[in-house]
Amino acid sequence: MPETEWPLWEVFVRGKRGLNHVHVGSLHAADDEMAVRHARDVYTRRNEGVSIWVVRSTDVTASSPDEKDPMFAPSGDKVYRHPTFYAIPDDVPHM
Amino acid sequence: MTTLQEQFDATVAHSDRIEPRDWMPEGYRKTLVRQIAQHAHSEIIGMQPEGNWLTRAPSLRRKAILLAKVQDEAGHGLYLYSACETLGVSRLELTEMLLAGAQKYSSIFNYPTLSYADVGTIGWLVDGAAICNQVPLCRTSYGPYGRAMVRICKEESFHQRQGYELLTTMMRGTDEQRAMVQESVDRFWWPALMMFGPPDADSPNTVQSMEWGIKRNTNDDLRQRFVDMSVPQAEALGVTLPDPALRWNDERGHHDFGEPDWEEFMAVVKGNGPCNAQRIAHRRRAHDDGAWVREAALAFAERSAEESRA
Amino acid sequence: MAHPTPDPNDDGGSVYDGLLEHHEVAGDDSQWAFGTDFEDPLAGMDTTVPDDVDAAELATYCLLLGDDALVLSQRLAEWSSNAPDLEEDIALSNIALDLLGQARLLLARAAAADPAVVPALPEGSPAPVEDALAFFRDAADFRCTRFVEGPNGDFAQTIARLLLFATVRLAAFERLGDHADPVLAAIAAKGVKELTYHRDFAGRWFLTLAQGTEESRRRLLAGLAQVWPLYPELAEAYDVGPEVDVVLDQVFAVSGVERPEAGRRVGGEHHTEALSRLLAEMQSVARAHPLGVW
Repeated sequence: MPETEWPLWEVFVRGKRGLNHVHVGSLHAADDEMAVRHARDVYTRRNEGVSIWVVRSTDVTASSPDEKDPMFAPSGDKVYRHPTFYAIPDDVPHM
Repeated sequence: MTTLQEQFDATVAHSDRIEPRDWMPEGYRKTLVRQIAQHAHSEIIGMQPEGNWLTRAPSLRRKAILLAKVQDEAGHGLYLYSACETLGVSRLELTEMLLAGAQKYSSIFNYPTLSYADVGTIGWLVDGAAICNQVPLCRTSYGPYGRAMVRICKEESFHQRQGYELLTTMMRGTDEQRAMVQESVDRFWWPALMMFGPPDADSPNTVQSMEWGIKRNTNDDLRQRFVDMSVPQAEALGVTLPDPALRWNDERGHHDFGEPDWEEFMAVVKGNGPCNAQRIAHRRRAHDDGAWVREAALAFAERSAEESRA
Repeated sequence: MAHPTPDPNDDGGSVYDGLLEHHEVAGDDSQWAFGTDFEDPLAGMDTTVPDDVDAAELATYCLLLGDDALVLSQRLAEWSSNAPDLEEDIALSNIALDLLGQARLLLARAAAADPAVVPALPEGSPAPVEDALAFFRDAADFRCTRFVEGPNGDFAQTIARLLLFATVRLAAFERLGDHADPVLAAIAAKGVKELTYHRDFAGRWFLTLAQGTEESRRRLLAGLAQVWPLYPELAEAYDVGPEVDVVLDQVFAVSGVERPEAGRRVGGEHHTEALSRLLAEMQSVARAHPLGVW
């Protein structure tokens, strides 16, 4: 059976009080609790006092009329060309 | 009404960024996936040669520095895999392509680390060459890639400084330590020059990559820049770079230097470097040994989700 | 890190231009882990031993705590590039770095409290005391418990050992916060935050593996059985009792794991065979260059 990967999460960090949470990157984790812990390890080096949000990438609904690809037209609300919603051509990507 | 292709071309021409949901030519996407994946794999495989000295670092401070550095590399690989994932390829797929030999990583990591001085030389020369390669990529046309590179380059400059600082410290030490530094530089200089890839004349993809704004400089440009940077650093350090042809050229305003052994380069790229098999076997073992852990975490997450629904 | 980066000779200016101005992420100036930017961990601290504290006893106790941290850090660092996924690789390195930081502070404290514990080095050796203690002491002089010495085993065994270790050490450090030696008290206060995280990390994985798949549960139970016989020795060395059992019993209960009944292993007055091998590797470069500067 082919391996299933831990799902992808988007990480938002608020450096200090008074600021907005800012998207800093993504990571893989099996569940939300693990995602928060990973975010702390990967993106803040466990700097305490940093507030972290994590969101499943597939749970983000996107709208950016400026970015144009008919690929996204039918269900044009996804953030990424992620495998979950984007079929990969067979010939990707050899040297 | 402009076509998608025209919009794409205009965005790149204005040095604006392409973002994941933009239309992009399939060739652009493929080239990006190949290049970003190669970067990511290089960071992850690159943990091994330095990690080789983690348990033997000769002072507790050096141990902390090295461990933090190797950890940074895991982070860099993670950022780059993430950038690649915005293009529709998963980290698992990329890892499998690396293990299958379908994607490459930097040839430099197929050379062995034979003394503690190599930790310093890798910081100075290898991370230095990586910085030359990577700083222009902070302005690359693909947004997620550029953003990952900004973060990475910042950390890399720390890495280069710690490597150079280790070497200067060792040069202040014993005769054996100085000899160790020179021997290490002798081994890594030429492979470091090869890190910029084959000469422009033999690098067919460069022109297209530059038109797309994926690449910002040619291999030979960057190699020259690296040599010009490294010569004064070597002098300050008190080591000799192992190239009899190396000299300042007043007319060109650059250093002339000898030709790397491109046959050796091709052999290493094709899998016959000193450590290719070892590096991939190590990565495969870690990946395979971890499978049951990754699976267990997924099973646990599924069970918890079911329980909270019930 | 004092070396200024020379300017490359190209018209476009330095390739480093603007590099250090990017502060995209909060907390980014904590670029390097604790301990990478100093040579004397106790610099600036008053290391005078208070009158009511026995200096030799204090030094011995700091060596126990420091050696345990050093040896387990060395073991956890072996996971680098070998962990089940990148995120766990980074997490285990963080823990190894925390313990290494604790080791440096504690070894330095031991040396300052009682210089007699520091081995004599060849004349002219520039090694700081923390390195003299870490790299030039023989296995028999290490004070670590056998609990931390053995190989990691698989991920499950590593988690089982880390859970027990972090739980015991956290309980001890919480108590040390009001130790009569203010230096040790300060070291412990810093360590409490770190150990709390280590315990949570290990506890969460313990539960995950126990409740994950049949395979993960089998491995976890095997790993726990492997480390358990040396556990009483650890608890005794740290002088902890029921408060630790309460925590462990909670983790065991929620994980559906029975507290092992394996007996206590005898022979605690000596080290394991594993320690001298671990030290032979760790000390090899330093000892080959006793006059070297690093």
